Amino acid sequence: MLRFTLSRVGQTLAVLFTVSVIVFAMMRMIPGDPALMLLGDDFTQEAYQRLRAKLGLDQGIVTQYVLWLRSVLEGDLGDSLLLHERVSRLVLDAFVPTLWLVVASLVVGVLIAVPSGILAAMRKDGPWDWGSMGFAILVYSMPSFWKGIVLIWVFSVWLGWFPAMGYVDPLARPGEFLWRMVLPAITLGTFFSGLVARIIRSSLLEVLDQDYIKAARAKGVRQGALVYRHALSNALIPVVTVIGLQFGTLLGGAVLTETVFSIPGLGRLTVNAILSRDYSVVQGAILVAVASIVVVNLLVDLTYAFLNPKIRVT
Amino acid sequence: MTDHAGPEGLALPAAAATRAEPAGAAGEALRWWRRFARNRGALFGLGVFLAVLVMAVFAPVLAPHDPVAQGVGKPLAGPSLSHWAGTDSFGRDIVSRIVYGARIALVVGILAVLLALVIGVTLGLVAGYYGGVVDAVIMRVMDGLFAFPIIILAIGMMAIVGFGVGNLIVAVAVGFIAPFARVTRGDVLAVKEEPYVEAARLAGVGSLAVMFRHVLPNVMAPVIVQGALRVSGAIITEAGLSFLGLGPPPPTPVWGSMIAEGRNFIVMAPHVSTLPGIALMVTIVGLNLLGDGLRDALDPRLRRGA
Repeated sequence: MLRFTLSRVGQTLAVLFTVSVIVFAMMRMIPGDPALMLLGDDFTQEAYQRLRAKLGLDQGIVTQYVLWLRSVLEGDLGDSLLLHERVSRLVLDAFVPTLWLVVASLVVGVLIAVPSGILAAMRKDGPWDWGSMGFAILVYSMPSFWKGIVLIWVFSVWLGWFPAMGYVDPLARPGEFLWRMVLPAITLGTFFSGLVARIIRSSLLEVLDQDYIKAARAKGVRQGALVYRHALSNALIPVVTVIGLQFGTLLGGAVLTETVFSIPGLGRLTVNAILSRDYSVVQGAILVAVASIVVVNLLVDLTYAFLNPKIRVT
Repeated sequence: MTDHAGPEGLALPAAAATRAEPAGAAGEALRWWRRFARNRGALFGLGVFLAVLVMAVFAPVLAPHDPVAQGVGKPLAGPSLSHWAGTDSFGRDIVSRIVYGARIALVVGILAVLLALVIGVTLGLVAGYYGGVVDAVIMRVMDGLFAFPIIILAIGMMAIVGFGVGNLIVAVAVGFIAPFARVTRGDVLAVKEEPYVEAARLAGVGSLAVMFRHVLPNVMAPVIVQGALRVSGAIITEAGLSFLGLGPPPPTPVWGSMIAEGRNFIVMAPHVSTLPGIALMVTIVGLNLLGDGLRDALDPRLRRGA
């Protein structure tokens, strides 16, 4: 386990390094001189040179990267030109609502996917199977931003059951937070459930085909007990990994979903920053988002190895 | 595509066999079509794809109005006989905008996947064939790209390339490079050990020729399947960017932007936002079913198992 952990941590560090190079390179490819953008229209040549030196732009590209990486590792993502605020502060503030949306969607998605996936596998090729898999393909194919608008139309404009938009701090007003989170979480959670239900179905079908299940069935164990007592725990191990590895997909979906519901998250921050050419914010937001995904993937892999001894050796 | 429906996967000089037996290739194509046509979902998907294709190609003929002409009807009017899908806030005909919107969706979706395919396959081919440091460097970069959610990578790319249809294609494509590189590299590692590759190399054929003439054709089938499966993802990504306001500038008829514009009128005129979304969703469902059908009918790995 220790060897596995060390090698996975090593791989993760390598990926984080590559991600940092990609993000740095992306921001360097943006046309235009950052120093010129900072100075505005009226400046002296001397001020320009001084600012370039201050930003490290007169150094070689590798030196620039090393300097940037060092400040990132110290938690300094630079300053926003327009919002006059530290980027780290802005990104963290925006990350919290996005993360809550992801967690809520995860819960909704699992609550839908587990029963419908199990039902589909137990009644393979029957109407339940067709129904739940059809539903899975449908919700998976619906663009989340459009699904959100349809949900707003039906449940808040027409029926008036849930608020259409907005976000409150869950720790300060937990009741209202949950209330406002229902539609966004259903929007993103159903997309996620479509993905997971199909995997649960195929994983369970695979396990149900194995000899120990056939032996139990031959012994006269009923279908229900067979699934719940013998098959499910084995079938769900790979599913746990899939759920964890979808953190990135959910985060990507959250960017769109929060725009529909006016949640002040990472997506809104990034898009507004692009539209206003506030590139240090774009850089910081993307870096933090992707780094969090890479770290979550590491934790998922380690949990999987812990649950499933077979993988530890390889 | 029928070029590759020949005896790929057989350990024979593939090109020679295909040329010598056209009947065999035709028979293979027919068998392939029967396998595909047995899948009703895939046939439905093919129908949807062809319908969207017709819409895109014949948009000027099919659209009842100019998609950008304002005031062809009363603003925000609901569906009626003269405007089947109603009008938007500028009084533009929504049916015409949906029909023209199919152009951007298909052009961006297909070209982005093709661009990603060409780049990804080349990188995967080079990485798998040469191995060593080249392989390590290319694949570590791919691992890094793979860590980005596609939409986030595309959003970041839009900051670099700026707005416009061509730039949109590039921004969407970047997110799809890594999967193509991975699939290709994996298969190249297997194929380059085959006797016919060894034979070509011993006969003095240069590396580039071996790579592109002997290895590449034999790894293309799974790549094509990958490509078919990814078009819907590329269209969703494009629609997402347009929805966020990072797509082609107005008044270009784009499904994602139409959904975003309609969001402000959801109370008075829900059709403005929901109808373009239905066009988008039906297209995505169709392409997903078509992709699944192609995978089941084409993927040699699945075929061998069957």
